Amino acid sequence: MKFTIRVNGVEHTREVEPRLLLSDFLRHEIGLTGTHVGCEHGVCGACTILWDGAPVRSCLAFAVQAEGHEIRTVEGLAPGPGQLNPLQQAFRDAHGLQCGYCTPGILMTMTAFLEENPKPDEAQVREALSGNLCRCTGYQHIVDAVLLASQA
Amino acid sequence: MNSFGRPLTRNEDPRLLRGEALFVDDVELPGLLHVAFFRSPHAHAHLLSLDVSAARARAGVVAVITAADLGDYWQPGPLLVPPPPVPGMIFNQRCQVPLVRDTARHVGEPVAMVVAESRYIAEDAVAEILAEWETLPAVGDLEAALAPGAALVHADLGTNVAAEVHQARGDYAAAARAAHLVLKRRFTYDRGASIPMETRGVVAQWDPRADRLTVWDTTQAPVVIRNGLAGMLGLSERQVRVVAPNIGGGFGPKMMMFYPEEVLIPWAAMRLCRPVKWIEDRLEHFFATTHERSQIHDAEIALDAQGKILGVRDVFLHDTGAYDPYGLTVPLNSQCTLLGCYVVPAYDSRFTAVFTNRTLVTPYRGAGRQHGVFVMERLLDLAARELGLDRAEIRRRNFIPTDAFPFDQGVIYQDFSRLSYDSGNYEPILDKALAAIGYADFVQRVQPEARAAGRSLGLGLVCYVEGTGIGPYEGAKVQVQSSGKISLATGIGSQGQGHATAFAQVVAEQLGVDLRDVEVTTGDTDQFYWGVGTFASRGAVVAGSAAHEAAKVVRQKVLRTAAAHFECAEEDLVLADGKVHVAGVPDHAITLGRLAGLANPMRGAVTPGTEPGLEATSYFGPASGATASGVHAMIVEFDAGTLRPTILDYVVVHDCGTVINPLILAGQIHGGVAQGIGNAFFEQLAWDENGQLLNASLADYLIPTALDVPRMRLDHTVTPSPLNPLGVKGAGEAGAIPVGALFAQAIEDALDLPARGIEILEMPLGPSRLWEITQRG
Repeated sequence: MKFTIRVNGVEHTREVEPRLLLSDFLRHEIGLTGTHVGCEHGVCGACTILWDGAPVRSCLAFAVQAEGHEIRTVEGLAPGPGQLNPLQQAFRDAHGLQCGYCTPGILMTMTAFLEENPKPDEAQVREALSGNLCRCTGYQHIVDAVLLASQA
Repeated sequence: MNSFGRPLTRNEDPRLLRGEALFVDDVELPGLLHVAFFRSPHAHAHLLSLDVSAARARAGVVAVITAADLGDYWQPGPLLVPPPPVPGMIFNQRCQVPLVRDTARHVGEPVAMVVAESRYIAEDAVAEILAEWETLPAVGDLEAALAPGAALVHADLGTNVAAEVHQARGDYAAAARAAHLVLKRRFTYDRGASIPMETRGVVAQWDPRADRLTVWDTTQAPVVIRNGLAGMLGLSERQVRVVAPNIGGGFGPKMMMFYPEEVLIPWAAMRLCRPVKWIEDRLEHFFATTHERSQIHDAEIALDAQGKILGVRDVFLHDTGAYDPYGLTVPLNSQCTLLGCYVVPAYDSRFTAVFTNRTLVTPYRGAGRQHGVFVMERLLDLAARELGLDRAEIRRRNFIPTDAFPFDQGVIYQDFSRLSYDSGNYEPILDKALAAIGYADFVQRVQPEARAAGRSLGLGLVCYVEGTGIGPYEGAKVQVQSSGKISLATGIGSQGQGHATAFAQVVAEQLGVDLRDVEVTTGDTDQFYWGVGTFASRGAVVAGSAAHEAAKVVRQKVLRTAAAHFECAEEDLVLADGKVHVAGVPDHAITLGRLAGLANPMRGAVTPGTEPGLEATSYFGPASGATASGVHAMIVEFDAGTLRPTILDYVVVHDCGTVINPLILAGQIHGGVAQGIGNAFFEQLAWDENGQLLNASLADYLIPTALDVPRMRLDHTVTPSPLNPLGVKGAGEAGAIPVGALFAQAIEDALDLPARGIEILEMPLGPSRLWEITQRG
């Protein structure tokens, strides 16, 4: 079926199967491969995107369901080419990533979290982060990065 | 300017943070086909018939490949690591096959490959494949597998024994006779999975015009994959390019070669003359990517009245899964690492590796070392209790003395050399850990007060060594580009270790350039031809040393070229900030980029022996590994009702020699500890009696979240390795190795189990299992 989706402020119109996952659409139909797929059953959080500003697992939604909604992905975070936004910069400064596979999903979850809660404490950050799995970092530097970003 | 040893942010981060970094599933090619596999639903069964006609007929399906379709290409995989040169050992080689032909030996073994225009269509077609099976009894229990009349994983072998290895030195029997105390226990350590956030995947493209095959693979060893594929496909190595781009976590199982999918996808791309992609889904990952860790140890320790170890004897069973292509690396690590930081005058260790109808076992972070550490540290805990000794004191009394290095352990290690610790200084590590965790105060005040208040607080304190940085070798090519930037290429792959930064620091140190001006390429066989892989905590040690050696040669070439340019002696030159100038004349500097141009001579400027370019390729191969060491200490509280642990403090004191980048090192330790915590308290693969994996999803197999991993406090001592020019030792696995032993001790301490006659002799635990154990007393 034909549908139109708005991602990072850009409209895309495509003819897709109704069963196509939003994660597959973003990655393979419109080439936004920054959104990663880690489990395809909604647990790991790697595929998290913002759906009208709220974090959503793109592997648990069909692409066509996103019609009429504002989707934001990791590619939409930086203010311009070659730049990092303050949260991304904090992740670099605090070594909040290793392999970087879970990172886009975590950045999107934390973007929404910091908008709701701009000055969190560590316990709040850990609670908000607990729906995203990271196998490399042990989370400590991710927590540091989010706290660093909140102090900026 | 000097970047070596500083906690600098990483070169690789900006692209990862913007979602611009290339991972294997990001590769898109015109005409790309997609693969899904039909896999065995049974752990052990004869395949009686296979009907793929409906799948082949489905619109959008391009091919369905079975074992019969592979013809001569159907071959068991190669043996990656041959057995070690231990006299009298037995090794029965049975390697994995590309597709099941007549017998399936574990759930998830691939049976047929569907190639289609989309993954969705390929999966539809998989559901239409019909197989008829005769199920056989599944071999799971290690002891039952060795009993007479047991079902056989490989019927032609007549036994489920994959290997037997006996290593001994000293006279254990005499040690036991002379001992004041002999303790014997059975220890078990069950299976876990590595669960990188990126599953495996392969994309292959055959270019008939160039006569070349390109393969993007989530492998930790692209060069070995290149060489192997060339041989299998009848190509020369130069015709095959293997790229391991950004890899979303490796942890060992992506070092396994060759997975059936790695053999099949390139073959399909050549045969169909179209690019082909397969990306493992998470369900497949649970039974198609290798596991680690099922061992049963019957171990005993003999000590004198002062708590000095006289000897250790250990007999253990090791579950190698359905095939054993990785040889004996994991059980050998267990056998050797058991000796730990200690003087063990008599050691007698025998293991039997056992075939089972389960997923293959290959190294996963720690790679069997945690099993040895668990056994030894537990034996010391039990001995300390019997002898009325403090747990720190019994360890201190048995440490290898500082003046005893290099210390020959007299057994053969996984790198086939005699296990010899290159350097170490263990007491300062222990002292730092005791001070940091507040050991004396905890024992004398904190714990008694907590107990009086009805709280279950315990402390864990364990020591470990980690054999790192083994051979055979790695190489690196360093080249000054005409842009003035430095390129560095090496054959190993990267899975998040920060090689693009740490290796850049090594090179920047020699060439006087900014860290950001060193561009590192790893994991592309067209960029660097030779190499082995990223495993055994060896990247920084082996490839880092090769980069250092190459950069030193390039530095000499830079100075020689600049001396000719300035018509001065090399000793009069200063190399800094990407430029060279004569000492005292900084205004007349020449950039590295211009020097690179001068080093590419024009007509008439060439003299005999001239080589163009400011570049060098060097190789480094250590005779044996560098042994790192450390102490972990933890204070944990258990909820009396649910037995859920809350870690209140976690201290790691670690010695990995010279540190290249403390920030990256901290990240490696943190991640290792998190995986260790998962392995100790959350993660266990659950099987039924038919060999079915019962918790093959991330909703059922729980890996630690940000709420489960505590804030860790790290400290370091530095005992450089004499075996490499940088003095470094590996650090990738250290965080994970001692955590099981740490949890066991802390649990006993927190719940006061010894007073009730209960001992923790198994890993992993979880609240349910811990509840069962604590009900025994």
